[in-house]
Amino acid sequence: MIRGAEKTIRRMRLGSQPGEVLDRSRQFVFTWNGQKYPAFGGDTIISALTAAGERVFSRSFKYHRPRGLLTASFLDPGCNVQVGDEPNVRGAHRKVEPHMEVRAQNVWPSLHFDARAANRYLGRFLPPGFYYKTFMKPQRLWPLYEKVLQRFAGGGQASPDTPYGYYDKRYAHPDVVVAGGGPAGMAAAVATAEAGARVMLVEDEHELGGHLRWGDESDLAALRELREEVEAAPGIEVLTDSVVTGRYDDNWVAIMQRGLPDVEERLIKARAKTLVVAPGLIERPYVFENNDLPGVMLSTAVRRLINLYAVKPGERAVVLTANLEGDAVVEDLERAGVEVARIEDARNGGDVVRVRGGKGVREIECGDGTRIECDLLVTATGWTAPTSLLNMAGDKPVYSAKAARFFPSELPQGVLATGGIMGDGTLDEFLDHARATGKEAARRAGKIGGALRSSIPQATDAEESSAEGPAETPALPVYEHPKLFRGRTHGIVDYSEDVSSKDLVAAVKEGYDSSELAKRYTTATMGPTQGKLETVNTVAVIAEATGRSIGETGTTTWRPPYAPITLGALAGRNFEPVRYSPMQSWHERHGAEPLVAGAWIRSDHYGDPHAEVRNVRENVGIIDVTPLGKLDLRGPDVPELLNLLYVNKWSNLEVGKVRYGVMCAEDGVILDDGVTGRLGPEHYLMTTTSSGAAAVYEWIEDWLQTYRPDWQIHVTPMTSAYASINIAGPNSRELLARVADDVDLSTEAFPYMNVRTGTVAGVEGCFMWRIGFTGELSYEIHVPSAYGLYVWETLMDRGADLGVRPFGVEAQRILRLEKGHFIVGQDTDALTQGFGAGLDWAIKLDKEDFVGKPELEWQSERNGYFRLVGLQPHDGSVVPLEASQIVEGNTIAGRITSSRFSPTLGRSICLGFVAPHLTKPGTTVTVQLPDGSRVTATVMEHHTHYDPEGVKARG
Amino acid sequence: MILLPCPHCGPRNVSEFRYAGETGPRPNPNSTTPQEWRDYLYTVDNPAGWTTEKWFHGTGCRRYFVVERNTVTNEVRDSRLPATQLENSP
Repeated sequence: MIRGAEKTIRRMRLGSQPGEVLDRSRQFVFTWNGQKYPAFGGDTIISALTAAGERVFSRSFKYHRPRGLLTASFLDPGCNVQVGDEPNVRGAHRKVEPHMEVRAQNVWPSLHFDARAANRYLGRFLPPGFYYKTFMKPQRLWPLYEKVLQRFAGGGQASPDTPYGYYDKRYAHPDVVVAGGGPAGMAAAVATAEAGARVMLVEDEHELGGHLRWGDESDLAALRELREEVEAAPGIEVLTDSVVTGRYDDNWVAIMQRGLPDVEERLIKARAKTLVVAPGLIERPYVFENNDLPGVMLSTAVRRLINLYAVKPGERAVVLTANLEGDAVVEDLERAGVEVARIEDARNGGDVVRVRGGKGVREIECGDGTRIECDLLVTATGWTAPTSLLNMAGDKPVYSAKAARFFPSELPQGVLATGGIMGDGTLDEFLDHARATGKEAARRAGKIGGALRSSIPQATDAEESSAEGPAETPALPVYEHPKLFRGRTHGIVDYSEDVSSKDLVAAVKEGYDSSELAKRYTTATMGPTQGKLETVNTVAVIAEATGRSIGETGTTTWRPPYAPITLGALAGRNFEPVRYSPMQSWHERHGAEPLVAGAWIRSDHYGDPHAEVRNVRENVGIIDVTPLGKLDLRGPDVPELLNLLYVNKWSNLEVGKVRYGVMCAEDGVILDDGVTGRLGPEHYLMTTTSSGAAAVYEWIEDWLQTYRPDWQIHVTPMTSAYASINIAGPNSRELLARVADDVDLSTEAFPYMNVRTGTVAGVEGCFMWRIGFTGELSYEIHVPSAYGLYVWETLMDRGADLGVRPFGVEAQRILRLEKGHFIVGQDTDALTQGFGAGLDWAIKLDKEDFVGKPELEWQSERNGYFRLVGLQPHDGSVVPLEASQIVEGNTIAGRITSSRFSPTLGRSICLGFVAPHLTKPGTTVTVQLPDGSRVTATVMEHHTHYDPEGVKARG
Repeated sequence: MILLPCPHCGPRNVSEFRYAGETGPRPNPNSTTPQEWRDYLYTVDNPAGWTTEKWFHGTGCRRYFVVERNTVTNEVRDSRLPATQLENSP
């Protein structure tokens, strides 16, 4: 077997093992820290390296102690490596691939000579929580401290050049999810499937089988049988290299699926009816001096190495065993040609005091003082129940002193547990328990499914759910187990965070004497292993130091994720839905600058917004206002609704007429505004602001459904059913006349604030409003959206000689500001009650009832509220930034809400809030610009700066 | 991610709904006092236990409904269409 010291020779590789996962027909090469190493298909990174004789794989987080293989599983704390640009790869789980480039993390300059190991001599200056006590003063040195501490921080390297891989998500609705694919999980899944349920069986390792995979001949035979049963059972979906990583309310289960050929990681969100938790048990390390030296391994690690990967773990071993699994490892070692120098049986007083060595085990000191030279110490000192998923379901596990581990106590109806987590026993006892659990899981899933179905309204009566009661699940026995947590010396408790038992005792002495406090202060259980290996030892040391029992001390709370999950999997694919009007393609072809308005893409301008403003005032412009909220209201009680929700009166609106309305909320704050027109005796059309369209619909529905369900009103949102175009300017009537085939547009027949229906450019069923946001003669037409682009292009075509040009949102903002029209949400905020915006003329307090009436009444009786006024800076070339503060000395007396340069007036114009004593027209106020300079402005008489009589719009 | 039973659509993920507040009667706007009105606006019971609340099924039937939910355990006990406020107002 041993042929020499060359790294490329497989020094520690054994011959074929009956249960090995290797594919010896696939041999290839990969690199580790720049050197080439051989591997077989099926090897993990660490198994291949161990086969080549390597033992040191990393340096610990704080003290940079050499670390090697401890558990040979996903959790192995010393086996985190860098693969290419991927940091923190679990080397004892990840399969090695040809040409893989693997590097050690957190080492400098190299793995074998790490200068930062000097930290060990600074041990007494780096106690737990040292960062709370050192590197604090002087503050001006913090940038330097940061640089220094960065060098000592552990973990791999993330590259900013890593391409964004493909991650996605999946929604699943299994009847039962079984978390754990060991013998218990497999048997439970089969029983569940045979009872007719659809099952997802989720296993962390690359194949099903759990501990049977590295067991003896009878284990392997049982494994073959179980695998065949799983294959044969209908309705089991098997996911390997996957983890149930979170359990949320109503069995909303997060499963992280790895190892898919085309997907980096997939996050499965499963709504399961029942969850069966069968995670097995995790072997616990023993705490003693130098327990973290390479060459100290758990019994399960050794059995995995020998039986799964055909790797000899060492030459000469001492075994510390406290249970049957530990006894079994002796046989495996002897079969692998390892000399077993000594067996310390903890059940008979055997113990290991300390280990000596530099970069690996050299000598072991046994309980009776004997010192034995060897290179391998195997410990089998106990088991930890991974109860995380059960905690997430609300269970608080209970400590059993007899078994020296925690057990589940009270599970909710939808969650069951089986396997080692529930007790001990022979394989047959476990399989019986698992089958009974699986059957019960299916029965409960049926009941839950029935309850869910019966809460869906049915046309016919729902089926009677099965009257079968719960079956008997035989309880598993609980064997006695010696209590082995910390030996006679101090050692590492949390391998990932480099927290020793001494650190925990010191923390308790400093007053951090509970699990919660000691965990946070020392960071024990907060590293990559997240407590799975170290929680119980941590609790045991704290208990010892405080004189309490383990049960009294208790554990901290487990939270999702149970296994690490990439941000890519959480993000999934990147969807960003946008909404376009039917005229979008025209806007793009004509150089529109896009504006993101919520989910809508609008046109901000077409190159020169000031020219667009001038064109509207002089000729005619058209703007795409499709996002404007449109609601169709029908029924005899619509005026009641309008009276309730608007502040003004609506009972006498005639057919064909339009009125402007403002909605306030129950606190009197302005919610939305728009125009509503009456199209027929029981038919109205309401418009809202673009951003308020969805909210106003829900607002109306709330009042109709929960306050006045007796009103006969039907509301239909029509925002995207109609394309909306505003035609504004002195030539707008002429332009519309060229396309409106059957409507008389003369001012006598179609006055200001009226609505008509008719045909536009041959398109029937259009609405035409004569309203005036811009202050010019203008019409707003609503066209069934399929014809929007056609009508737009027709207008552009027919109006060429009239000077028609498109105008965008920016130009519209300027035009409306020239007319002093406020925008809800821009010129009002979440505290602006009705009278503050100058709506005195609209608020009819003599109405019987309307939303917000009490608050508006009380506001009208007060005088101390800020008011919206028109403002003009004295220097017309200064355009104050919106939200600039209005100040009196150093007191805030208001703010600018809207501000633009007006091409029509050739000067800057604003709207803003000012304190009550500053509202008199002619008052000079001081505006502080963001750069700190101050300018003066005059309070104007009206909000409008242009055409105060409103002659143009009414013409 | 709790399941909420919509009376029209059956049990759906809570992400389909918008929470619309605790239920309670609207005081008479003409005889109310500022104290009573602001209590109606801002004071919520927020019990640790059973509460009655309103939800809106935004990405479903777009109807409002009322559920009784336990804020500690997230059990839902009853789901019904809203009772008319008029029956409760003074």
